[in-house]
Amino acid sequence: MSLTELLIGLAALVLAPFVGGFLRGVDRRVTARMQGRIGPPVRQPFYDFLKLWAKALSLPNKASLVWAWAYLLLTMVTVFMLFAGQDLLIIFFVLAFAAACLAFGAYSVRSPYAHIGAHRELLQILSYEPILLLTVVAIFLQTGTFMVSGVLEHGQPLLLTLPLAFVAVLVALGIKLRKSPFDISASEHAHQELVRGVYTEYSGRTLALIELAHWYQLVLILAFVALFWAQPLWAGVLLALGAYFLEFVVDNVTARLRWTWMLSISWGKGVGLVLLNIVLIQFVFSSARV
Amino acid sequence: MGLISKARVKSPWIVHYCCSSCNGCDIEILACLTPYYDVERFGILNIGNPKHADLLVVTGPANRRGSRVLKNLYEQMPDPKLVMAVGACAATGGVFHNCYNILGGVDQAIPVDVYVPGCAARPEAIIDGVVLALDKLSKIK
Repeated sequence: MSLTELLIGLAALVLAPFVGGFLRGVDRRVTARMQGRIGPPVRQPFYDFLKLWAKALSLPNKASLVWAWAYLLLTMVTVFMLFAGQDLLIIFFVLAFAAACLAFGAYSVRSPYAHIGAHRELLQILSYEPILLLTVVAIFLQTGTFMVSGVLEHGQPLLLTLPLAFVAVLVALGIKLRKSPFDISASEHAHQELVRGVYTEYSGRTLALIELAHWYQLVLILAFVALFWAQPLWAGVLLALGAYFLEFVVDNVTARLRWTWMLSISWGKGVGLVLLNIVLIQFVFSSARV
Repeated sequence: MGLISKARVKSPWIVHYCCSSCNGCDIEILACLTPYYDVERFGILNIGNPKHADLLVVTGPANRRGSRVLKNLYEQMPDPKLVMAVGACAATGGVFHNCYNILGGVDQAIPVDVYVPGCAARPEAIIDGVVLALDKLSKIK
């Protein structure tokens, strides 16, 4: 890792919460407009974060605080690694453990609502993880490297040879952002089912930590989407923002569905699409590869 | 006003508890969340979990059994927290005041910060009540 990469990674760590919080604010505003409401100001997520941070600390046990910190810190590690141009496989392995920390924290409390939320959170991880890992394999087959820095230097946009994998990544994006129809572990819009699912027993400062981690994850996953059109980079950013907007639309036109449906979509169609794409790379696009 | 108290005023999350009300006020509270009134533009979310909430909105009078649940909900909310009693019943017991199982207003069970009158309380009155509660919240250090 060069000094420039280190500095870019550190800068990303500092800037990502602001970008992520802003994008969440845009999300809430646009969602409200789509529902015929006015909606909160774009800076609303920052108000929520500060308020939660300043609430009195009420912990069910110490473990849940540790897991919430682990969730945040491991997510920060993944953001740092992605922007410092490190190994995509390691990034997604760390991300999987970070996501599991949220569920472990919910399991550490003796609350049936948190437990059912945690089961569903693990099912969500189970659903999107194979898509992301196989997509990384497909990227490797195309570029010959797992390193983000190597993918950035790849001359041809990945989207042209990995269109099916990109569609599967959009499904994973929906699960990862906890948007309908995949908002299974805890509903996104404070719909009241199972109290608040996996977040039920987190409160005040631990909830603020989780919210911060979600902003980091949003930046991470959108940056991953941007990798599909890394040259020039602004096209990648536009691609990521377009994918994010698509998630708003899907979120507002679909209902929450059951986990069996989510699993059949992600493992059946999602993984199927990536595998088909890998086959295409090996046998159809390989002759066209430079 | 400091940044923290501004954030508190800008993002009051409510938990709504129906304590043996006739559901008239509950429907009016839900009306506040619909596009016509849209309280989310003030950052108000009906969060449905006492551990995340700042404002406990109670409708209906306190009865002997429900007041235990009410106290439990109140104790689960982390500080700073406020209680808003919505409707005539929540304020005094209303038409139920002399029933055998009724203790009286919500203040018989937990401390109440804001009373919203009306039978049923109109959404405008409820929003006014929230504004009063926010005024009180901004003075909490």
